[in-house]
Amino acid sequence: MTAELTNPTAADAASRTARSKRRTATDFAAEGEPFVWALGGALAIGILMIVGFLFLVMWNGVVTFFPKTIAVVTAGNGDVFAGEPVRSEQYRPTAEALAALQPTARAKIATADGFAGRTLYRVGNYDLYGEDFRWVADHDVRRVEYPAGLMLVERLEWGPFIGTIKAVTTGGGAARPAAEIGTAAIDAAHATARERWERIHRIERGDIGAVNHWLDKERLRLRKVELADGIDSAGYRTAERRFAEREAVLKQDYDRLAAEAAALRAEDAKDTITFADIGGKEKTIALSAVVRMYAANDLGLAAKLGVYFSRWWEFLADVPREANTEGGVFPAIFGTFVMTLLLVIAVTPFGVITALYLREYAKQGRLVSIVRISVNNLAGVPSIVYGVFGLGFFAYIVGGTIDQLFYAERLPSPTFGSGGLLWSSLTLALLTVPVVIVATEEALAAVPRSMREGSFACGASKWQTIRYVVLPRAMPGIMTGVILAMARGAGEVAPLMLVGVVKLAPELPIDGFFPYIHLERSFMHLGFHIYDVGFQSRNSEAGKPMVFVTTMLLIALIAVMNASAIIVRNRLKRRFMGSQF
Amino acid sequence: MAVAEKIAPGASSTVYHVKKGEQGTVLDIDDFNLWYGTSQALFDVSMTIERGLVTALIGPSGCGKSTLLRSLNRMNDLIDGLSIKGSVLLEGADIYDKRADVIALRKRMGMVFQKPNPFPMSIFENVVYPLRVDGVRDRRRLEETAEQALRGAAFWDEAKDRLQENALGLSGGQQQRLCIARAIAGDPEVLLMDEPCSALDPIATAKIEELIDELRGHYSIAIVTHNMQQAARVSQNTAFMYLGRLIEYGETRAMFTVPKVRQTHDYVTGRFG
Ligand SMILES: Nc1ncnc2c1ncn2[C@@H]1O[C@H](COP(=O)(O)OP(=O)(O)O)[C@@H](O)[C@H]1O
Ligand SMILES: [Mg+2]
Repeated sequence: MTAELTNPTAADAASRTARSKRRTATDFAAEGEPFVWALGGALAIGILMIVGFLFLVMWNGVVTFFPKTIAVVTAGNGDVFAGEPVRSEQYRPTAEALAALQPTARAKIATADGFAGRTLYRVGNYDLYGEDFRWVADHDVRRVEYPAGLMLVERLEWGPFIGTIKAVTTGGGAARPAAEIGTAAIDAAHATARERWERIHRIERGDIGAVNHWLDKERLRLRKVELADGIDSAGYRTAERRFAEREAVLKQDYDRLAAEAAALRAEDAKDTITFADIGGKEKTIALSAVVRMYAANDLGLAAKLGVYFSRWWEFLADVPREANTEGGVFPAIFGTFVMTLLLVIAVTPFGVITALYLREYAKQGRLVSIVRISVNNLAGVPSIVYGVFGLGFFAYIVGGTIDQLFYAERLPSPTFGSGGLLWSSLTLALLTVPVVIVATEEALAAVPRSMREGSFACGASKWQTIRYVVLPRAMPGIMTGVILAMARGAGEVAPLMLVGVVKLAPELPIDGFFPYIHLERSFMHLGFHIYDVGFQSRNSEAGKPMVFVTTMLLIALIAVMNASAIIVRNRLKRRFMGSQF
Repeated sequence: MAVAEKIAPGASSTVYHVKKGEQGTVLDIDDFNLWYGTSQALFDVSMTIERGLVTALIGPSGCGKSTLLRSLNRMNDLIDGLSIKGSVLLEGADIYDKRADVIALRKRMGMVFQKPNPFPMSIFENVVYPLRVDGVRDRRRLEETAEQALRGAAFWDEAKDRLQENALGLSGGQQQRLCIARAIAGDPEVLLMDEPCSALDPIATAKIEELIDELRGHYSIAIVTHNMQQAARVSQNTAFMYLGRLIEYGETRAMFTVPKVRQTHDYVTGRFG
């Protein structure tokens, strides 16, 4: 090869080759190649796991509300049932089950190494047969059809009903067959009944609830006077008279509303609908107890999307039903949001002040080091321990004292003396404060010394320097800490179960009654909702899709809150960090 | 390091030929010693800063120029383990007296640092910072002061249309002039400048030198510089320091043409440093 190299450029090329040859000769490990690969691999695995998790949650969450077709299955023994196919899997039939099979089916299973397929159907009609779901082995299926006209009916009670509409009664008249009335008229009657039902609901929950609220207020006012002046005092007697007057007025209101509701209820009872399942068994319920019904196998794409979005809307905006496995999660969304907001409001000043003292004022020495290490270690304490502490300290000691001092008239029922929104937020603030402290300390340490000196040279005091120069400059770093704390706090469940989260809290922590924000109330939380629906409900198979949807919602909520905080932080960063030169 | 041996340890052997200011002396440094922990950074420094004149501090790096300058407004107080001996009199009153008010002292002195250090706020807020610190809220007064200070720092024309912009977006030279404006906004008596041009390009440097010349008379200026030509151009008196000692302190022209000490001669002619 070298013999042919006569011109100078070729010689150049040769020497280049020689150089590059020398370079590849260096130790493989010394070039760091394996480490780059290892690092890249670790990153890829990490990202893959996160993406996979998000994809799983998203996929299951997104499809949950999409209407499925209804299959009518004829089993080997002649049994006929209808249901939504949920999922299929391979399983190994037991020896007895095998023995009872036809020889052909047995042979087929034997060739598949003893495995057989089966499908889970959501059959509904729990009130008729006592089961929501049913497994059917593939070899036990004689025929599967998807006939038109089959309805899926979502009801207020007993879960879904699958079957056909038999007859409808309106206004207490005679039952008329569905075919005679027509779908449009049924839908109209259904809409009327639902509207009426909502009106009943508004009166019973809202208006009567308000009357009860005022009555309660009056009763508490009377009790307060009793506690202050004693039952024999003149003050008590006037208060008693006043109470009697107010009670009479409120009683009138109550009677009027109750009568109105009763009238509506009577009206409501006159509208009924009769369904028949695939085997002909009939079931009559109030028309208003039907949340939604659709002919599953006859829907076009537009109609399916209509059902899909109407289910989403119900999920986001309504209260839960049926032990939380149906209906919406609005109170949980709201509770999670408000709690996280309060957490941020509590944790930020607390953490920032602590960090300011540690970094700027405390004399750096052994004691401060110990405090700092302790703070960092706090992050490792199991969160349930914080829950116990929150319950014992905040709810029982602090809350109990508050009750005795300010809400004595309500005792023995606790006001602040049991778990609630405020105590939950404070407990989580305690849990997440190390994050804020560490981030703030780091942000403070990163403020250039020259900036502080510039401020001191202008005759600023230490506090003025911190207030005007150090804190603004450290603000983006502090925000980072707050964002981390927020994400940690919003996803935390265990301690909340002790200090205020409940399975069902019909009253939102914010409403129209003074003082509008009720920090003492217990509340619902998406994280706890996931646990409750997935693992605490009677019907865990029905809860499963809700677990995914709720998880998706919780992740989305945290992502939205984080994103807004990050936008604020980046704005601050542009403002306070600028580029030098 | 042969030169080092010529200094008699412990003894103050400074040679003086200072140009006296017409308005007298503003600062009187007397037998000043300073230790960072156990290592001594200043040895028996005695000198005056003349009112209305520009005093340059020169010397090889690490000789204690910044330390001395920062001792004049007690910036060194921020450093742990610092101890001093001697006194610095500002108009006859010892600034290191136990009863002395450090904040009041710093308000009488403006300081410009080697690296521009604008605050993370608008140009306007940067300039009026000394007034804000004093609790001034009167908008008119703030605006007047800002304009005056920015004009004084030859920065008004560039800054007047962008007063509400963030100061961190300015170029290095602009930032330094902003810092000068900030230093004079509080109407100090003394202006302390620690290598104010070392991070700047020649054009910005020329602007700032011009500025120092204009500010002279109105303020007493002490300026640390590495740049011999700069010291010669802007100052009336020059102090030459070496290894924490004040070697020679005298009128600038003489310092650069006929210095009385060998080391000064060697340094200003560039033979060491
Ligand atoms: N914060 C400090 N802590 C300890 N030693 C310091 C500190 N600042 C300066 N020194 C030391 O004091 C001496 C003088 O430093 P300095 O005044 O910054 O010199 P110059 O400004 O003349 O270059 C140097 O030896 C330096 O190492
Ligand atoms: Mg220096």
